[in-house]
Amino acid sequence: MTSVLLDVNGTPRRLDAPADEPLLSALRDRLDLTGTKYGCGEGQCGACTVLMDGAAVRSCQTTVVEAVGKKIVTIEGLEQNGRLHPVQSAFLEVEAFQCGYCTPGMIVSAAALLRSNPSPTTDDIVGAMSGNVCRCGTYSRILDAVRRAAKAGSAR
Amino acid sequence: MSDWPPEELARELSQHEAPVLHWFDANRRDFLKVVGGGLVVWLAAPDPSRAQESGRFRGGHELPKELAAWIHIDRDGAVTVFTGKVEVGQNIRTSLAQQVAEELRVPVASIRMVMGDTDRTPWDAGTFGSRTTPTMGPQLRAAAATAREALLDLAAARWGVARGTLVAENGAIRDAETNRTLSYGELTRGQDLVRAVPADAAVAPASRWTVAGAAAPKVDGRDFVTGKHRYASDMTRPELLHGKVLRPPSFEASLLSLDPGKAEAIPGVRVVRDADFVGVVAPDPGTAARAVAALDAKWKETPGQPSNASLFEYLKRNEDLSERSEPHVTGSPESALALADAKVSQTYTVQYIAHAPLEPRAAVAEWSASDGKLTVWTGTQRPFAVKEEVAAALRLPAEKVRVLVPDTGSAYGGKHTGDAAVEAARLAKAAGRPVKVVWTREEEFTWAYLRPAGVLEVRAGARRDGALLAWEFHNWNSGPAGIGTPYDVAAQTVQYHPVKSPLRQGSYRALASTANHFARESAMDELAHAIGMDPLAFRLKNLSAARVRAVFEAAAEKFGWGKARPEPGRGFGIAGGTEKAGYIATCADVEIERPSRRVRVRRLVAAFECGAVVNPDGVRNQVEGALVQGIGGALFEAIRFENGRIVNPHFAQYRVPRLSDLPEIEVVILDRKDLAPAGAGECPIVAVAPAIAQAIFAASGVRLRALPLAPDALPPAAS
Repeated sequence: MTSVLLDVNGTPRRLDAPADEPLLSALRDRLDLTGTKYGCGEGQCGACTVLMDGAAVRSCQTTVVEAVGKKIVTIEGLEQNGRLHPVQSAFLEVEAFQCGYCTPGMIVSAAALLRSNPSPTTDDIVGAMSGNVCRCGTYSRILDAVRRAAKAGSAR
Repeated sequence: MSDWPPEELARELSQHEAPVLHWFDANRRDFLKVVGGGLVVWLAAPDPSRAQESGRFRGGHELPKELAAWIHIDRDGAVTVFTGKVEVGQNIRTSLAQQVAEELRVPVASIRMVMGDTDRTPWDAGTFGSRTTPTMGPQLRAAAATAREALLDLAAARWGVARGTLVAENGAIRDAETNRTLSYGELTRGQDLVRAVPADAAVAPASRWTVAGAAAPKVDGRDFVTGKHRYASDMTRPELLHGKVLRPPSFEASLLSLDPGKAEAIPGVRVVRDADFVGVVAPDPGTAARAVAALDAKWKETPGQPSNASLFEYLKRNEDLSERSEPHVTGSPESALALADAKVSQTYTVQYIAHAPLEPRAAVAEWSASDGKLTVWTGTQRPFAVKEEVAAALRLPAEKVRVLVPDTGSAYGGKHTGDAAVEAARLAKAAGRPVKVVWTREEEFTWAYLRPAGVLEVRAGARRDGALLAWEFHNWNSGPAGIGTPYDVAAQTVQYHPVKSPLRQGSYRALASTANHFARESAMDELAHAIGMDPLAFRLKNLSAARVRAVFEAAAEKFGWGKARPEPGRGFGIAGGTEKAGYIATCADVEIERPSRRVRVRRLVAAFECGAVVNPDGVRNQVEGALVQGIGGALFEAIRFENGRIVNPHFAQYRVPRLSDLPEIEVVILDRKDLAPAGAGECPIVAVAPAIAQAIFAASGVRLRALPLAPDALPPAAS
């Protein structure tokens, strides 16, 4: 066990975990931040995506030690003062989900994309988000939601 | 399991041994004590003789028709609906709430749906077969209408007026003459009322719906975009431990010996062995995984198990004759074939595919120290069946088990069983603490069950003028759902041949209908081609079923069938049919990419009809999703197996549709307000594969008769 200090959603969190424990497990099982999902544990589905210093990373492929000193933002940290992130609002508006299990990873991936590329083309969105699986197949709505969020962002 | 006629459901239920569940008057009163009074609507059959006549009490269960659901309006006017159905992404939490809101005249947002809790909701066979919308919907509408009428009676009595001038609206009863109002809470306060639903409950026809029939957003959508919703795999309990099960190296393996020493030496780990079941509990999932890896187990494996290479021969050779039923035969296909100008005799195949729900099987189990009761939170489509499965496995009386199903991370027919629930319960019993089991993706691919593989043989003939004369259709192992043809053909033989499957198989979205539609619609396309007729025209010429015609015509019109010409390297295909009381036609525009010869679906257009639509946006979402999921089964999804092992149990090897596979999608919904609502979760998937197969042929001249059609590059056309 190693004692690590993580910066999660703007709050310092100290926890004891094996050094090689995936960040996903630390978030879910030690900090009870269960919005970040396990889908494959192999970086193939994107359900576990979180922001690390603003970039999308697969938390199942990131160890807690690698996350030390980085700013981690999970799906729970996107909403600010009761206001949804534009990507969250857009997903709600177009109902870009069915079972919703992929939704946190989708939203976090899209938030990272728009942070680095506020006006993505369709190819940009497809390129950035094809690592996220929606088994319910709501991709046309997801694409629509990301475009809307981009538009909403550029309008502000 | 296709349509659950009463005798099939009874047959299914007769396999479940369970004590009788009582839901009679005493329980209704007990229920009021528990919830603190108000108004309760009981949807029992008013006439128990009817149930006895139809022999519906088999296996100790009143069937859903008799049991149905509760609606409770408490003394503050809060509305709670209880149903044994579960939410797995098909959006029934919203569509059922809409229907209650419609009849009860309350805002959708004011309704709380309690779903899939075996202690609190009436018994239910399960959420499958697209039965929620046609069965639970009308039951809840009738219950809500009964509650509304009871509230009107209460208001009339309170004011001492006749009911004629009273209207129910927005959670209150208003006297249209004086404009005074009483909210439902004001009416139910201090009351202890029980109402049974009369046979003729005053429900509105779909043509007069205002809340149902209109698009409604997912009732708790915000919880899903914020990560607040807790799936079974997100549940936590005080003192929770994490469990993991030791899996055999291959199917049919038995445990010879186990040395748990190294695993038990890991701090916090406990090894549990019960016959061939071996599992561990640990303080965190990583430690549990390390402990399982440290177990020294010796297995006796069974060599010589089938593989993909021999699969279809195996299926043909291993028919289970004891399970085979008589073929459906009309006329003589043999003599009709002799009159045909064009004949098709082809074999079509489908591989095993995996549901791969993004939330794998998961359960949290907790035993109560005080009364020995076991509570399990798990993602399943059949909470009451899982309750019995867990009770049987743990040798408990059923009333000692409670199963709760949080809204689940999808299922597609893949979560009928309680595997993870049984495992968590067994481990929790040994640990004396709550235990969570979450299957890995590899476990999900390997130890869950699969959509059946199948061999389908079609012999058919048509006259040069397009008349379909003869139809012979055989299906080995894939299943009987959707096996009949909707086309007019006097001479036909249709038969399903059950096989003892070499892999664990079970339900899947639309069951075998996808395979049967693939074979049937492909053979129809081959016949059309053989007589030089347009594939749509050939179908319509032999199609008097009006609802199937309507979707074909609507899809063709939206697609521009017969008008637009495909670009070079592109091709169009069309297919359709009916399943689970829904009607679907799908047009595909497919490109053969150069120089790779990979297949890309550019555009899918579908027309879908499921009677009166309850939630138009919800239905549209289901159709869009089914089209995308259908692309996977059509083009690239296949379980590869060899000698008792699944060899591609990872998303890196088992390809599922991704955003980069998304074609342009257009969906036409035909809203038939004159017809009873049917489910929308399954039917729209069935025509995707045949439409794509036909489009590939049109584009390339290559006839593909095996699903998946083109996991890699397309082979060259035969000259």
